[in-house]
Amino acid sequence: MRRRMKLLAYPYSLWMAVFVVVPLFLVFLYSITKGDIHDFSTLEFSLDSYKRVAEPLFLKVIGNSFFLALISTVFCFLLGYPVAMIIARTNQKYRNKLLMFIIIPMWMNFLLRTYAWMAILSPNGVLNRFLGVLGLAPLEIMPGQGAVLIGMVYNFLPFMILPIYTVLVKIDRSLLEAADDLGANKVKTFFRVVFPLSIPGVVSGITMVFMPAVSTFVISGLLGGGKTPLIGDLIEQQFMSDRNWHFGSSLSIILMVMILISMAVMSRMDRKGSSA
Amino acid sequence: MAKNLIELKNLTKSYNGLKAVDSISLTIREKEFVTLLGPSGCGKTTTLRMIGGFEDPDDGQILFEGKLLNDEPPYKRNVNTVFQRYALFPHMNVYENIAFGLRIKKMAADDIKRKVERMLKLVDLVGFDKRDVDSLSGGQQQRVAIARALVNEPKVLLLDEPLGALDLKLRKEMQMELLDMQRSVGITFIYVTHDQEEALTMSDTIVVMNKGVIQQVGSPQDIYNEPVNRFVADFIGESNIIEANMIEDLKVRFDGITFDCIDKGFMDNEPVDVVIRPEDLVIVANPSEGQIQGTVSSVVFKGVHYEMFVANDHREYMVHSTIMFPVGTDVGMNISPMDIQVMKRGEEPCEEE
Repeated sequence: MRRRMKLLAYPYSLWMAVFVVVPLFLVFLYSITKGDIHDFSTLEFSLDSYKRVAEPLFLKVIGNSFFLALISTVFCFLLGYPVAMIIARTNQKYRNKLLMFIIIPMWMNFLLRTYAWMAILSPNGVLNRFLGVLGLAPLEIMPGQGAVLIGMVYNFLPFMILPIYTVLVKIDRSLLEAADDLGANKVKTFFRVVFPLSIPGVVSGITMVFMPAVSTFVISGLLGGGKTPLIGDLIEQQFMSDRNWHFGSSLSIILMVMILISMAVMSRMDRKGSSA
Repeated sequence: MAKNLIELKNLTKSYNGLKAVDSISLTIREKEFVTLLGPSGCGKTTTLRMIGGFEDPDDGQILFEGKLLNDEPPYKRNVNTVFQRYALFPHMNVYENIAFGLRIKKMAADDIKRKVERMLKLVDLVGFDKRDVDSLSGGQQQRVAIARALVNEPKVLLLDEPLGALDLKLRKEMQMELLDMQRSVGITFIYVTHDQEEALTMSDTIVVMNKGVIQQVGSPQDIYNEPVNRFVADFIGESNIIEANMIEDLKVRFDGITFDCIDKGFMDNEPVDVVIRPEDLVIVANPSEGQIQGTVSSVVFKGVHYEMFVANDHREYMVHSTIMFPVGTDVGMNISPMDIQVMKRGEEPCEEE
């Protein structure tokens, strides 16, 4: 029985090996070599591409990516937590309908959603025309970092709301009654009971928003006009147009290491949060 | 007599048009141990939650020391609750759970420490202060819940089936401990349970409820010995409930026999219900020496006593006796007049549990 169950794992293991382990190994290999990528015999060890990552121009791109990802994570948290709380407090009958409103936009293609934002934010877009009707000066949001931020927050918000909602909805109502009973008003109950208990959801929300946000591309090209490239755009550029796979691989490895570090920090916070 | 602390006046609460609590009135005194007793869905928990402030009454008043309490939120009421499933804060240790109410009041740290330590001693959990609440047994969690409520020095402690999740032995121990605690802190306990034995053991006053209505209020002895209707008689303890006729004052007739009793104030020939507790039926070996004759139809050994069923032409009587008569024996049974409890006939027959 157990043996047969093990057999069931083989397709998955094979899949993982072919599509995860091998590519990862190749990326790592390319990042520490130079030469023709199509001919392994020409590859020789070199840290040149890593040295290039350390150039101020690229450090700025990495810094900018982390900064934007951080800001959009913060906005997602500030917007997402109250939404998650409202849904969790809603009568069970309507809860799923509200959740659908959050989930349905995710069914649409990511690019399409970003194009929609272009239509809204561009200089002659819906927003500025509306402002024009009101007789107000047009806003110069797009292209620019503001537009990139809006696009990122919009796209990643559901990933913040859903895990927080999942935790909040499971908090036993009698705990809130107990806090109330022991003299805590709504505000104190929130800060002393609800929020501490929701930390695991917050941590996974932050992780789920920050990781894709830091490696995002396309958004900055479409909404930012390419003025402030992000690390994701840079990697795409190296593989697609510049054909410098070595440099692209080094950037990918650096990004991966930084994400792993952030995740380790977050999971430590999670453990601390739920045991404190 | 201690002075009145809580008064409920015509308190009513409906859910979806169904009356969970139907115009109940009750007075609770200082330092009293009051038990709300009834089957599930009888309105006892709803009543408790209205006193705690978790449900708003549709109608009627809750007075606390003469002041109207209806619109005060729970956190402003001088009562604390021990919840059914404890509702301990899982992200805090034992100490922090107990200290919660005091921290909210912004009490000084050493006062908190002193009070929490006193509580830990009271509930016998000294040395457990740093423990995670999840690592405690059900009984220990129960004690933390009690300590967390009592540390605020409420005038009233509300307990919602607090021992429901514990096994029988622990329940019995906790019953005694709760009684000791109530006496040592000297405050009013309002206790909700569906367990009649628990109610009889612990209470000063039992309030028997059914279908949102108070059936009877009285001491455990009153409730047990003088139930006012079929429901109370059937719910509290084992009983033989017999349809009978009140011939005249002090004379009641059933099974074609007229018995002396001590009840009066009924109309002549009024149909009534009679309750006879199984331990009040005295079996005699010689059928002719008994008021009622019958044949033993079943015997079950219950430890302290035998439970026998004795059948005559009209019914089977449940009898508890330390002397066993084998199945098939013809026996006689006697009842002393004071053990015959005559009750007004209720409008509705009693429901089976």
